[in-house]
Amino acid sequence: MTEVFMPRLSDTMTEGAISQWLKAEGDTIERGDVLAEIETDKAVMDLEAYEAGVLEKILVQPGENVAIGAPIAVIGDGSGTSDVSDAEAPSVEPAPAEQDAPPSEPADDRDEAPAEPETEPAAETEPAEPEPGPVAEQAPSDGRIKATPLVRSLARSHDIDLATVRGTGPGGRIIRADIEALLGGGKPAEPEPAASAAPTAPEPQPAAAAAPTGGAPVATAQDDDERVPLSQIRKVTARRLTEAALVPVFQLTTVLDASRLNELRGEINSRLAEQGIKVSVTDLIVRAVAVALRAHPEVNASFGGDAILRHAHVNVGVAVALEDGLVVPVVKDADRKSVTAIGAEIKDLAARARAGRLKLDEMTGGTFSVSNLGMYGIDAFTAVLNPPEAAILAVGSTVDEAVVVDGEVQVRPRTRLTLTVDHRVLDGAGAAAFLRELTDLLAEPLRILV
Amino acid sequence: MTETSDITYRQALHDALRAEMTRDDSVILLGEEIGLFEGSYKITAGLLNEFGPERVRDTPISEEGFVGAAIGAAMLGMRPVVEIMTINFSLIAMDQIVNHAAKIYGMFGGQTAVPMVIRTPGGGGQQLAATHSQNLEVWYAHVPGLKVLAPSTPADAKAMLTAAIRDDDPVLLLENLSLYNTKGPVPAGEQVAEFGRAKVTVPGTDVTVVGYSRSAVIAADVARRMAGQGVSIEVVDLCSLRPLDRETVCRSAMKTGRAVVLEDDWLTYGVGAEIAATIQEGAFDYLDAPVRRVAAAEIPLPYAKSLERIALPDADALIRVIEEQLDATRFTRKEGTR
Repeated sequence: MTEVFMPRLSDTMTEGAISQWLKAEGDTIERGDVLAEIETDKAVMDLEAYEAGVLEKILVQPGENVAIGAPIAVIGDGSGTSDVSDAEAPSVEPAPAEQDAPPSEPADDRDEAPAEPETEPAAETEPAEPEPGPVAEQAPSDGRIKATPLVRSLARSHDIDLATVRGTGPGGRIIRADIEALLGGGKPAEPEPAASAAPTAPEPQPAAAAAPTGGAPVATAQDDDERVPLSQIRKVTARRLTEAALVPVFQLTTVLDASRLNELRGEINSRLAEQGIKVSVTDLIVRAVAVALRAHPEVNASFGGDAILRHAHVNVGVAVALEDGLVVPVVKDADRKSVTAIGAEIKDLAARARAGRLKLDEMTGGTFSVSNLGMYGIDAFTAVLNPPEAAILAVGSTVDEAVVVDGEVQVRPRTRLTLTVDHRVLDGAGAAAFLRELTDLLAEPLRILV
Repeated sequence: MTETSDITYRQALHDALRAEMTRDDSVILLGEEIGLFEGSYKITAGLLNEFGPERVRDTPISEEGFVGAAIGAAMLGMRPVVEIMTINFSLIAMDQIVNHAAKIYGMFGGQTAVPMVIRTPGGGGQQLAATHSQNLEVWYAHVPGLKVLAPSTPADAKAMLTAAIRDDDPVLLLENLSLYNTKGPVPAGEQVAEFGRAKVTVPGTDVTVVGYSRSAVIAADVARRMAGQGVSIEVVDLCSLRPLDRETVCRSAMKTGRAVVLEDDWLTYGVGAEIAATIQEGAFDYLDAPVRRVAAAEIPLPYAKSLERIALPDADALIRVIEEQLDATRFTRKEGTR
C-alpha cells in the first residue's frame, strides 16, 4: 500500500486543505490521475497520483486542514487489507513531502533509538536528522513552534515573534539561518561567550532592533469588535509585507505626460478591436518596464547577502487585488513579448488569480513588480517592495492637468509614477536613471512596440 | 626557551617515568612483565637496569593483588605507578580501585592520601577481539575520588604522567594502543600538566568537535581536512575526564552553536552523553542544533578486521555527522573553498 501525503505546493505553504476529492474510495487509480484538489495558501491545485492502485481510504475530508506531509489517503491493491492503523489520523510526525523527499525519520535499526519523536536518535552511523532542504521542510501542525534554543534566544533579544517565521531546518525547525534571513541577510548579534557557563542574553543589533518583523504592533479585540479570521492568503500577505518592511527603501516620484501613450492605446484598440484585442495602460507600462529593465540590468536585480544578483530574465509581476488579499502573478520574459501578448497573459493570469487557480510557478520568479491603482482614482501612492525584487513601480491614475508647455498653459493627461527601491541594491541616481528611461519610453511609446 | 624534539607517545611516557624516578626515590613501578620483559608496550624499557628490582617490580598475574599492594604502599608514603597491561584487565582490580583507592582518603577522615597512578591503555583496532579492545574509561570517570586523565599527544602524555605521579590522589592515566607510535613535539625538561583542563587544540568558528585520547587526534585530523572545504572546526581535547573542564567545552559550543562528540567508547551512558548534557546545561541558548554523538557500535568488538573497522568510530563517521549537523543548520561554506 502507498500512503498519499499532503504535498508541498508552494514555498510558503505549511498546511493545506482538501478542496474536494475527485476520486472516491474504491475507485481504480492510474498513475497521474487527479485524486483531489488541494487548497494551499495561494491557490487551488491538483493532486496527482504517483502510484496506480485502488483508492482504499480517504483520511482527510474536504475542508480539513492538515500539515504538509500528513497522510491524506491510502492507495492499495484493492484487497482492502492495507494496514492503515498508523496512517489513520493526520499526524504531526514528519513525513516525506514529495516522492523524492528524503525520509524525515531516520532508519531505526538500533535499540537505543529513543521512543520520543522529539529526541534526537542516538545511533552514530545513521543520519539522525532528515536531510534538510526546501523540500523536506515543514511546520508542525499542532501549533507548537519548533525552534532551536539559539533562535529562541535571538527572538527574545530582537523581539521577533517566532510564529511569523518560517522554519527551514529539519522538520520545519526554525534555525539561525532563518533569523539571519529575516534580519536582512546580516548576521544577528552573536551571543558573546560568557565567562561562566551561564549564558547571557545577546545584545540586539541596532539595525535589527529598529526594524523588528514579528514585533510589528498587533491589536487586541475590544468588546464589540468583529473578529475576521485571517484567510490563508491574508496570512501570507501579512507575513510577506512585514518581512518587506525590514528592507531599507526609498521612493522616487515622477510625472508622466501620457498624451502619446493614450493616443497609441486608442489607436491600437480601435484598429484591433475587430480581432478582439484590447490593451490596457497596465499592459503598456509592463512592456515599457520590461524594455527599460533590459537596458538597466542593475535594477533587474536582488540583494544576495554578499553580492547583488543581476537576473538573466526580465519577469514582471503585476499586483492583482483579490477579495481577501493580494497576489502578484508574473509575466515571464516580458522583454521578449509584444504588448498584445503581455495583455493577453495578464488578462488570463488575473482571471485565474481571482479564481484561486494560479499555479505556483506563475506567482514566483518575478524580478520587478508593477502595481496600478489608477483605476481606483488614486493620484499617486508608494508601493511596498516585493522581496527579493529590488524595485516596484506604483502607477497612479491619469488626470488632465494644466501644465506649462513651451511657455503656454496647456491641458495634458498626466500620470504619477512612484518607484520604491531596495537601497541595498540601488542608490538614488541609478534608480533615477531607470525611472527617466521608463518615462521617456512611455512619453514616446512607439519604441516599446518594436 | 626549552628545546623541543619530536618523539613518540611511548617515548614520552618513558621519559616521564624515568625523570620522576630520578627526581623522587619514592616513585616505584609495579606491573606484569614491566621489568625483565620491559613491558608489553615497552614503556618501562631499561628502567629495571637503571633503578633495580626494588623499584621496578614484576608482579604475578594478579591485578587485584598488585593494585592492592600499590594502594598500601601509597598509603605508607610511596608513589607507586602501576601498569595494568590493558584497561580490560583492570576489571579484576575494580574493587581495589573503586572501593579502596577512591574511598580511603574520604572514609578515613583524610588520615592518609593514596598517591598512586594506574597507567593503562584502552582502545581497539588491533584485532585483539572483544575482551581486549574495550574503552572502559568512563567506568572510572564516574567515580568520585579518582582522577582520570586521557592524553592524546606525546607532549600531553609526558606532562600528564608527571602531574599524575606528583598528585596525592589516585589517578588513572588512560593510554591508547593506537597512539603509542604517534610522534609529536615534546619540550625537553620538566613539564607538569594542570589537572582538569581541556584544550582547544584547533581553534574554529563553525562546529565544536569534542574528543579525548585517540578521538581527539581524529578530530584534529578531520578539522584540517574540512578546513579545506570551507568549514572551520574547533576541536576541544578533554584531556581530563575527571575532573571535567565543562567551561571550556561550553565556551566553545557557545561560540559555534553546533557540537559533535567523538568518543571511542560505546554511545549509551558514554563520555558523549556527559558532554552533551554539559553543553545543553551550559550553552542551551546558543545551540542551533541538537548535540550529536559519534561512538563505537554497541556490540562486543568483532575480531575480523573488516568488521572491527566499521564498528569503531572513524574520521569518515565523524565527517558524516558534522555534515548532517551543518545541513541541519543550513550552513554556508566560506567562499572559494569548495
